[in-house]
Amino acid sequence: MNALQSDLFSALPELWVLSMAMVILLLDLFLKPQQRILIYLASQLTLLGAGVLTVVTHVPTVGYAFNAMFVDDTLSDVIKVMMYIGTSLILVYSRQYLQLRGMFRGEFYALVLFSLAGMMVMASGQHFLTLYIGLELLSLSLYALVALDRDNVRATEAAMKYFVLGALASGMLLYGMSMLYGATGSLHISEVSSRLMNGGDHHAVMVLGLVFVVAGMAFKLGAVPFQMWIPDVYEGAPTVVTLLIGSVTKLAAFAFVIRLLIQGLAVLAVDWQNMLVIMAVLSIAIGNITAIVQTNLKRMLAYSTISHIGFLLFGFMSVSGNGLASAFFYIASYTIMSLAAFGVILLLSRQGFEADTLDDLKGLNQRSPWYAFLMMITMFSMAGIPPTLGFYAKFTVLQAALQAGYLWVVVFAVLMAAIGAYYYLRIVKLMYFDEPQDHSPIVAPFGMKAALSVNALSLLALGLLPQILMSICAYAIVQSL
Amino acid sequence: MMESLQALFGSSWPVVWTLAKIVAIVLPLMIAIAYLTLAERKVIGYMQVRIGPNRVGYFGLLQPLADGIKLLMKEIIVPTASNKGLFLLGPVLAIAPAFAAWAVVPFDATLVLADIDAGLLYILAMTSVAVYGVIIAGWASNSKYAFLGSLRSAAQIVSYEIAMGFALVGVLMSANSLNLGKIVTAQAGGFWHWYWLPLFPLFIVYFISAVAETNRAPFDVAEGESEIVAGFHVEYSGMAFAVFFLAEYANIWLVCMLAALMFLGGWLSPVPFLPDSILWLFLKVGFLVFCFLWFRATFPRYRYDQIMRLGWKVFIPITLVWIIVVGAMMQTPWAYLFH
Amino acid sequence: MIFQDFVFYTLAAILLIAGLRVITARNPVHAALFLVLAFFTAAGIWLLLEAEFLAIALVLVYVGAVMVLFLFVVMMLDINLDRLREGFWSYLPIAAVVGVLMAVEMALVLSGRYFIEAAAPVAKPAGYSNTAELGRVLYTDYLLPFELAAVLLLVAIVAAIALTLRERKDSKFIDPAAQVQVKRNDRVRMVSMPSYTEPEAEQAQQELKP
Repeated sequence: MNALQSDLFSALPELWVLSMAMVILLLDLFLKPQQRILIYLASQLTLLGAGVLTVVTHVPTVGYAFNAMFVDDTLSDVIKVMMYIGTSLILVYSRQYLQLRGMFRGEFYALVLFSLAGMMVMASGQHFLTLYIGLELLSLSLYALVALDRDNVRATEAAMKYFVLGALASGMLLYGMSMLYGATGSLHISEVSSRLMNGGDHHAVMVLGLVFVVAGMAFKLGAVPFQMWIPDVYEGAPTVVTLLIGSVTKLAAFAFVIRLLIQGLAVLAVDWQNMLVIMAVLSIAIGNITAIVQTNLKRMLAYSTISHIGFLLFGFMSVSGNGLASAFFYIASYTIMSLAAFGVILLLSRQGFEADTLDDLKGLNQRSPWYAFLMMITMFSMAGIPPTLGFYAKFTVLQAALQAGYLWVVVFAVLMAAIGAYYYLRIVKLMYFDEPQDHSPIVAPFGMKAALSVNALSLLALGLLPQILMSICAYAIVQSL
Repeated sequence: MMESLQALFGSSWPVVWTLAKIVAIVLPLMIAIAYLTLAERKVIGYMQVRIGPNRVGYFGLLQPLADGIKLLMKEIIVPTASNKGLFLLGPVLAIAPAFAAWAVVPFDATLVLADIDAGLLYILAMTSVAVYGVIIAGWASNSKYAFLGSLRSAAQIVSYEIAMGFALVGVLMSANSLNLGKIVTAQAGGFWHWYWLPLFPLFIVYFISAVAETNRAPFDVAEGESEIVAGFHVEYSGMAFAVFFLAEYANIWLVCMLAALMFLGGWLSPVPFLPDSILWLFLKVGFLVFCFLWFRATFPRYRYDQIMRLGWKVFIPITLVWIIVVGAMMQTPWAYLFH
Repeated sequence: MIFQDFVFYTLAAILLIAGLRVITARNPVHAALFLVLAFFTAAGIWLLLEAEFLAIALVLVYVGAVMVLFLFVVMMLDINLDRLREGFWSYLPIAAVVGVLMAVEMALVLSGRYFIEAAAPVAKPAGYSNTAELGRVLYTDYLLPFELAAVLLLVAIVAAIALTLRERKDSKFIDPAAQVQVKRNDRVRMVSMPSYTEPEAEQAQQELKP
């Protein structure tokens, strides 16, 4: 194999996803509306193929490609496989929703696959340029997806907000990167890192760059004080897109933080940890407290996302493998929970009706005990109640933060988590103890029902056996860093 | 003689010498433009079984001079509601790039004003700037016909520039250079080695796009006298009006010159027993310019949406496909055919 | 060198003035045209740096295509200038503070005290082709970001079309392909008619004859 071939070989999953996205774009032109199901199947096939390619080409060593701008390590492989599973679930959940709203078009699937490709590049980026372009690929696809329901005024408004604020955040990120480039003379993550180790005499300008980089990342993650866009976008976007933004993209954002802060700027850990801890505390506080007063389910989940991001940041308090593994574990668990929660909203939505207020969940137990049960598991998991996965996730990140010596911060977080439990449990109360407002039957394809059941039950199963997921996360971190 | 002149001007010699060269290019060009107007009327006249201008001078040969004097004498009317500065800037912006582009055109292996590396790009950049004259003139006139004309023209030029640029990409792939002189020398070897053959689709696309770029019939919707009277220059009179026409004809010469250089071997001789000479170049350019006049006499005007369709849905795909074909063929044993 | 300095300062001055006029010009069309001028002079400065490919690409892409479309839009909009200008000056203090802060920051950073100083570029030999070198780097060292940027542009196109294309029912669109495929028999029906004489008329004519 020559150099280019081996480069292409390590980026095989990305190439596959991108090519299939383009095939789907073209295929869409030649299909009649009733044949659109083929697009859906082709998308699922793409994800399956990408999964096979990622697993088959997996090697436990760290391999660099494309002039060391791209890395193929265990961490990226594991994250990518998680992304495929998540995206596949999203597609399963979204099919009926899209069909009922006239959005079942080739562009939706192509854009989802393009955003997936962007996330994959973020997971494998080893160069400021690659990371940034991956991020933009993701963001641009998401802006379009949010606005895809064109006649929906709120979706359009959400897309505008997302676009303007996202562009601002990208600008900050780029500005910070350019500062770091000026201080270190390189855009390669590994070179930046090694230059930082050798000479710390430009500390001031590096911290200046760092501030902007962290601000840009915090925006993409949705941490306070850069959380403004989250509630509006979550609420305004079509629920399927909210599902995408609220679940899989967080995995990409996690990889982005790992690549930039841990692999690139670990030397400056003292500086960015101070920033992260402030953002973490604020996120947990504001997220949990504001969520209490929400009546819109999507908005409530948006604030819950903010608080979850706060917990995630605790995982970065220690640059040890242990702490990072716990952060990885947390974000993986959060993705599963988020998929299940939005899956239930999608399940309850019908033609011309969005089940996105708390009232819509009233008396779910009488309409369908099984889905009420699934939602209960999900809510317990989000609140962090044992024996669900969410409990174990919160436990590990707080443990990591404790080991890093942030005792009072951890105490505060636990307190806030207790407050947060209130609004999660309120949903359980609404489902089990209130009278339903409408009694229409829940109609969904079998595949969706099955997938949702597996998704929610896995929260319970993984909560009982957390070692499975934890060992995968720890293995990925240990092998890659 | 050169030495004594050089001594006379001293250190300012390079500037003076360059200026002299510029004059040596622009003056014949101006004459060529003037006589193209006569040629157009004569050629179309004969094609329509008329005689064409034959009163001013023998065979009408002094007609361009008479036209020039007439236009110089005419008053330039600036409409009251127009934006005066921009109104007068429009013609200038139209003609400046049309002349500036000639800086990199090689007439012979050594006869070139500026032998720059990115000559092809430079010409593309200059021709793309030419659209400003039209846009500004149309807008500054504050007249709806002029504005409609300028919008049509701008959309058309921007659209066809893409196809034109892609056609040139094929040339630069074959020649491995953006330097016009090198592109010509890469075609050495006679008629069958010129790029019109391996890049035939690109040649056709380029030439038709060139007609569209210069707003000539059958793509002259920007003027469209039956629809929007005279398009973007409806409010212009006298010399300001003439400058637009000078620019249009200068552009015709330019695009034909480029087609001759890039696809028809420039100054190279088509057969081995005759020497390469600048005369070949003039012959080729002359033939292409004749085709421009021929088109005008033969084809009815395209409808606007048809023009757009042709540009976007026919030409751009053709050029893209052929670029891929050329690129793929270059990886095969038949690569020599494309170099 | 003196001549180059002179050219640089002239271009820089024009660039600054043009940039300033972009935001202060009353008429949006004028502002757009000043932006064109700014691009042009920036291209000139790049030429001074011997970056001829970038300079020409700037003119070709931004001046030749982007700004044309921009002008297109600006000319068609009926912008109420007075409303647009409302509160323009009230933002001045904040803008001035931010601007000065940025300028100071840039001055500090670019003074070279903090940044790694790259070695002064070596003068290139006469036959050096900036364009070829750029192409080589783009397609080797920077292949991945370059191709990803291409994908990014594709996504932008897809997004723009997906968000704006509406198939109108009432548009009077003619499909040229269908037009071309029309056969004579689709439009014209040849009817065989027997030739026929008008005996009465002939008779009448004969009667008229003396």
